[in-house]
Amino acid sequence: MSLVRKGRLITVIGLGLLAAVYVRALAFTPVEQLQGPAQKIYYLHVPAAIWTETAMILVGLAGIFYLFLKDPRLDRFAAASAEAGTVFAGVVLTTGPIWGKPIWGTWWTWDARLTSMLFLFFLYIGYLLLRGAIEDAALRARYAAVLGICGMCLVPFIHLSVYLFPTLHPQPIVLKPSAPSLPGSMLVTLLLSFGVFTLLYVGFVMQRYALALGREQRDGRNADA
Amino acid sequence: MSDWLSQAWTVARKDLLLEFRTRTAIVSALVFTALVLTVFNFGRDPTAVPTIDLAPTILWVTFTFAAMLTMNRAFQLELENDALEGLLASPLSRTSLYWGKLLANLVFVALVEAVGLPLFVLFFNVPVAAVLLPLVGVIALATLGFVAVGTLFGALVIRTRFAELLLVVILLPFLIPPLAGAVQVTAGLLGGRPLSESAGWLRLLAAYDIAFVTLATLLFPFTVDE
Amino acid sequence: MVALDDVTFSLQGGQTLAIFGPNGAGKTTLLKVLAGLIRPDAGRATVAGGRGAIGWIGHQSHLYGHLTVRENLLFWAALYRVPAASRAHRAAEVMQRLGIAQHAERPVWVLSRGLAQRTAIARALIHEPRVLLLDEPFTGLDLAAAAEFRALLSQLRGAGRVVVLATHNVGEGAELATDVAFQRRGRFVYLAPRGGRAPAEIADAYRRALGDAGE
Repeated sequence: MSLVRKGRLITVIGLGLLAAVYVRALAFTPVEQLQGPAQKIYYLHVPAAIWTETAMILVGLAGIFYLFLKDPRLDRFAAASAEAGTVFAGVVLTTGPIWGKPIWGTWWTWDARLTSMLFLFFLYIGYLLLRGAIEDAALRARYAAVLGICGMCLVPFIHLSVYLFPTLHPQPIVLKPSAPSLPGSMLVTLLLSFGVFTLLYVGFVMQRYALALGREQRDGRNADA
Repeated sequence: MSDWLSQAWTVARKDLLLEFRTRTAIVSALVFTALVLTVFNFGRDPTAVPTIDLAPTILWVTFTFAAMLTMNRAFQLELENDALEGLLASPLSRTSLYWGKLLANLVFVALVEAVGLPLFVLFFNVPVAAVLLPLVGVIALATLGFVAVGTLFGALVIRTRFAELLLVVILLPFLIPPLAGAVQVTAGLLGGRPLSESAGWLRLLAAYDIAFVTLATLLFPFTVDE
Repeated sequence: MVALDDVTFSLQGGQTLAIFGPNGAGKTTLLKVLAGLIRPDAGRATVAGGRGAIGWIGHQSHLYGHLTVRENLLFWAALYRVPAASRAHRAAEVMQRLGIAQHAERPVWVLSRGLAQRTAIARALIHEPRVLLLDEPFTGLDLAAAAEFRALLSQLRGAGRVVVLATHNVGEGAELATDVAFQRRGRFVYLAPRGGRAPAEIADAYRRALGDAGE
């Protein structure tokens, strides 16, 4: 099966499982005491957020390897990962307010996670814009690698800034220094969701990678013709 | 070791000489600073929010935007003069080239800040006399960080269309940590709070500077060499 | 697309290599590899003395328009590690040699094409390079200026210098060369000592080697 087909299949399975997790989160997972039903966004947002960041880190790592190895596959992967990351960030940023409005009463809150997502989203957009602005493939790959590495290194600073900011609320429950303080059933839902997002990430990246490869080959053929 | 520094200074001095000959970038940045500060004054209701609350934000937004205007000229200048290739063919090390550009950029931004700060004090009637020294220290600390990144990114955008705009767009996320830190510490200083309260932010600024100056120095050669 | 393909040669002090070839043959790429501006995918280019020993005259002037002639020369002298004490003297010397001394305090952007070109040459010579790389140096020079430049080149050839000159104008500079190469599509299709042949003969050999199409 071609890469695009495989990618598409994985994505479809992922989306299907996502719906299943969604159902589980809504119907089969206990409601949290303090925050109520609003807290259930958590199961979808946290894995999406983790993958948004991880995708950026992977873009950076691919960049480091590209600068030394000059393998165009690494660059293609970086581009694909960046696009996947952008999609995930976009999803979190749109579902956040949509879900939050009826429950919290406001469209936007400078919540620690949402704010980090916003910064990451801008980081991705900048990266994609830079890629789009450079025609020469080798130059583009090199410059994107430089920006990607810087972006990867910015992530901890974003975390730190958001953490230090005095007015932001819900502090991390799972990814904090002490052990996760979630009861069993909730943890399971969370982990399932995380698995689903992993699947979705892989599916997206495969599709985008295959598309980029296909485009390059077609351009190559056109140039020779 | 000192050769590297003297070569960097040669590049920086040339940039400064050129800029003071033509004066376009620096004058635009200074006028921009004055204009923005003026607009901010008319864009707020003096009775609603005490100036002191908004002051740090206004100051830093002005500084960072003026700074971004000046940073694009660093490598654009080489391209315009058809000199970049010559620099790369010479024995000048890539690191010295980066540091020369960084030094020149720092001087420009420092100039903008040196003019902007008194204007700011004047327009907004903010008491800085007591905290002037630590304030200057914070300004220097934050500025070093984002100018280091801005100088590197300046090399990435030279051959693109809308280079100035693209530079601003890719640079903005990188401005957030130093900007947030600078605003918080400035607010603390202006509010008469001891510097120790802002220790976390100061550490952030210092860490950011160390991390990104190092990173930019390491990555710069990849932007000019094939 | 391969810009350079299997080009191998070595030059000693005193040799002048003239590379003739049509546009797009890869002459500029070759010179850039020698200058250290481009790293080849395979193979190596070694120039004794490294970048500091190379004087490069190419398409770009490498001059800052708003700096004066003298300021430009002093800047490049500093970059090429000419000792601070001798910079002013060297600059004066090279300006004298190129006949631009009276324009020393004028900004480069006001100079005529010919004067700017001479300043560019002065820039390339100020550090007394042992290797000269010239990429289409006769471009835009009128007959008189070209003759002057040829005279200058023949002076520079001495003192153990290596000169590599690339041009699409066959015969131009041929009388200065000790060795001649023809480049086409990235390859050297001919490489031999000039052996006292006249430019016209070289031009003939060129046409024979590259075919009459003269692409």
